[in-house]
Amino acid sequence: MRDAPDLIVVGAGVVGAACAYYAARAGLSVTVIDRGPVSAGATGAGEGNLLVSDKEPGPELKLALLSTGLWRELAELLPPAVEYEPKGGVVIASDEAGMASLRDFAARQSRAGVTAHELPAGRLHELEPHLAPDLAGGFHYPQDAQVMPALAAAHLLRAGGERVRLLLGEEVTGLITGANGEVRGVRTPSGPVRAPCVVNAAGPWGGRFARLAGVELPVLPRRGFVLVTEPLPRVVRHKVYAADYVTDVASGSAALQTSPVVEGTPAGPVLIGSSRERVGFDRSLSAEALRRLAAGATALFPVLAGVRALRAYAGFRPYLPDHLPAIGPDPRAPGLLHACGHEGAGIGLAPATGLIIARCVTGGEPPLDLRPFRPERFERPSSDPL
Amino acid sequence: MPASESDPHAPVDGLGPVRGDGPVDGLGPVRGDGPVDGLGPVCGDGPVDGHGPVYDLAVVGAGCAGLSGAVTAAELGLSVALLDASAQTGGQYYRHPAPALGAVRPEALHHDWSAFAELRRRQEASDITRLTGCHVWAVIREDGDLWAVHAVTGADGDGERPVRVRARALLLATGAYERQLPFPGWTLPGVVGAGGAQAMLKSGLVLPGRRIVVAGSGPLLLAVAASLAAAGARVPAVVEASGYLRYARHPRALAANPQKLAEAAVHGAELLRHGVRVRTRSAVTAVHGRDRVEAVTVSRLDREWRPAQGTGRHIECDALAVGFGLVPQIELAAGLGCAVRRTADGTSALVLDPLQETSVPGVWAAGETGGVGGAQLAREEGEMAGLAVAARLTGRSALVRSGRMRELRRRRARMRAFADVMAAAHAPGVGWTRWLADDTDVCRCEEVTAGRIREGVAGLGARDVRSVKLLTRAGMGWCQGRMCGAAVACLASGAEAPPPSAERRPLAVPVTLSALASLDEPRAGPEPRGR
Repeated sequence: MRDAPDLIVVGAGVVGAACAYYAARAGLSVTVIDRGPVSAGATGAGEGNLLVSDKEPGPELKLALLSTGLWRELAELLPPAVEYEPKGGVVIASDEAGMASLRDFAARQSRAGVTAHELPAGRLHELEPHLAPDLAGGFHYPQDAQVMPALAAAHLLRAGGERVRLLLGEEVTGLITGANGEVRGVRTPSGPVRAPCVVNAAGPWGGRFARLAGVELPVLPRRGFVLVTEPLPRVVRHKVYAADYVTDVASGSAALQTSPVVEGTPAGPVLIGSSRERVGFDRSLSAEALRRLAAGATALFPVLAGVRALRAYAGFRPYLPDHLPAIGPDPRAPGLLHACGHEGAGIGLAPATGLIIARCVTGGEPPLDLRPFRPERFERPSSDPL
Repeated sequence: MPASESDPHAPVDGLGPVRGDGPVDGLGPVRGDGPVDGLGPVCGDGPVDGHGPVYDLAVVGAGCAGLSGAVTAAELGLSVALLDASAQTGGQYYRHPAPALGAVRPEALHHDWSAFAELRRRQEASDITRLTGCHVWAVIREDGDLWAVHAVTGADGDGERPVRVRARALLLATGAYERQLPFPGWTLPGVVGAGGAQAMLKSGLVLPGRRIVVAGSGPLLLAVAASLAAAGARVPAVVEASGYLRYARHPRALAANPQKLAEAAVHGAELLRHGVRVRTRSAVTAVHGRDRVEAVTVSRLDREWRPAQGTGRHIECDALAVGFGLVPQIELAAGLGCAVRRTADGTSALVLDPLQETSVPGVWAAGETGGVGGAQLAREEGEMAGLAVAARLTGRSALVRSGRMRELRRRRARMRAFADVMAAAHAPGVGWTRWLADDTDVCRCEEVTAGRIREGVAGLGARDVRSVKLLTRAGMGWCQGRMCGAAVACLASGAEAPPPSAERRPLAVPVTLSALASLDEPRAGPEPRGR
């Protein structure tokens, strides 16, 4: 048998990659296992948003602020191919009532450490010349940034160096446990891989993986569609979205919700989101979702009306009922740690998550209070199964 | 946005993806007003609910398979909508000049024109609602077990409008497009698709050059070379990567399909008459020229298609028509979750039951979508699908137990057996990637080289077409990987055969955001033509 690693990470998306990177940097040897290629799940379907603007003050915002700084460090280290752009976000209010609630939201965020500048209607077009006329105003969030998520994950794994080993195309079929139920590795069709710690970074499939370990983690897929346009010169400079995005993100509804999110990419295409609905892992196209995405984007940027969408794709956000990820050791299964359930914010929250996991495994001090992210927080009395 | 002069996505002589359209396919780029045959526009014949007519059957693709399925179903009393991107019926195989060109004998370039003429006559006599110039971008299941076919029309000018056609059953007859395997120099002007060259000849009566090398693999090459030679071009060589000897291993399939041998003999005789030399087990491994094709290098190949060192032969020419067989165009079906299988030549085709139904109930397919097999097979499969749909919707199960159906099934089995022999004989060998230099563009839309794809696989964790796309951008451009998909799959999987996978292309053709945004507005189709 090969040398056993110190840590197994299940999932080669951006969160798994960040866990592997920070663990390797702490001196651990890591094996990353994925049944598919790198970035094949939610990471590959994401837009690469690194946002603080859409987060209420609270534990997720703390995680996001920590991550924002870590992404800036990583951008220095990773190759330009990851397309890190600290371009800032612009949140738009279409009417005065919307502007008033944005103002209140931004004020609360500012007290929690977020930088937000009010944009009166007259200044919107200085930042985004192609925005529709007659909008009420907005807020500029200079801390918002973007990366190309699939390449960010691939290069994070690479930056882990020799200590990170990739096992791709291997599906984890079970966990190896010791006499007291402690996790000691995983089984794959080509043999067992043993390690004292296993990290669940399986994204939308994190609930399924947790069940292999005999614990419950209610991760559900929350579907989103993205429309991708033909390559354009820079028409959209920031990440631009309408204020109702924040309400949609925070909602727990299973029904289709859409709020326009529009951003350019260094390669040229404009990405248009966002839709949310809980329909399981169903990839079939929803005409209504696409209609609303297109209508929302062209309402914000009328110039896009004649632009063609070249493709559309569906992705599945790993959703937990309280919209917070599960990060840290699982007391129900010693040796098992979770790093999943980041919903639509996984790209942004990946570095902080990876740093926390590395600290947990090495016995270091976590960089922030982990209690809100406890994986066992959804446990209910046994008579009331989820 | 207008394309800039140096736009790398611009079409190159028929080989490059035509903006907004797949290269050579059943939903091809021909548009404009078709012949109006004197009958006024018809409205949908099906029952009408709050959102407009509901047809019994929507047929996507008006080539051999779709036309045949549509007339069969219509003659059995079903209301049928027939959608195609072109103004004409006939698809790729029966592509013919627009009436404005005044061609006197379009049939001169076609085998079996009478079979098409007969289908067209039946279509004109039927009350099929023909929707021309419709670029179908998706098919979506709606409530009440209806299928909604979403298309745009007017896509070539301003005023692109959404069209939605709803039906109780769906027949996907979207044909195939040509497979390309890249080689150094393949992006030079003067390099055209073999099928594209034939299409240019059939629809516009123009030649891509005066001295044209025809290369690649597959039975189409001989037909293309014969057509080009007959139209006056010099064809210094036909370069076929496989050997024809592999056909001989299947004498029964050959003996059961004498008409195929007769076709081959006709092409062979034509080539002989024009002094065209066929070089088997050879490939064009480089194209030379400054601004356009001036010559090609032809190398000998071993059994695995590895070019043998030192065998390169220089052939002067001003055009190269190249293609490596056809790829079933199945994204609409794949979007609905229809099961796919791997064909003998490494493409993905739909899994169909004996009555042409896909794994998704209510969705039928015919022709190349179920595996490339040619026009005659497509016609007969279309008829079978038409019978099967009518049997299902009208409860007349006798239709599928009829003597006619038994005869069609026998013939389909015979022709499918031959198609399998052909596909196996021309399946690309794994060694072809050896003729790629690291700086050869594989994805021409996004200008991604073979070297970058190899790096994505070896260094970044890509393992299949989708992850190569994510990590290198290969396949992200205008043609959405139709041009480079086969090559990328080979590079991603190394020596192993890539698994069958229906590439997910939720938008089968590009759609303007304004058309998507106005989806809600209920609209009838464009002026339907023909009855």
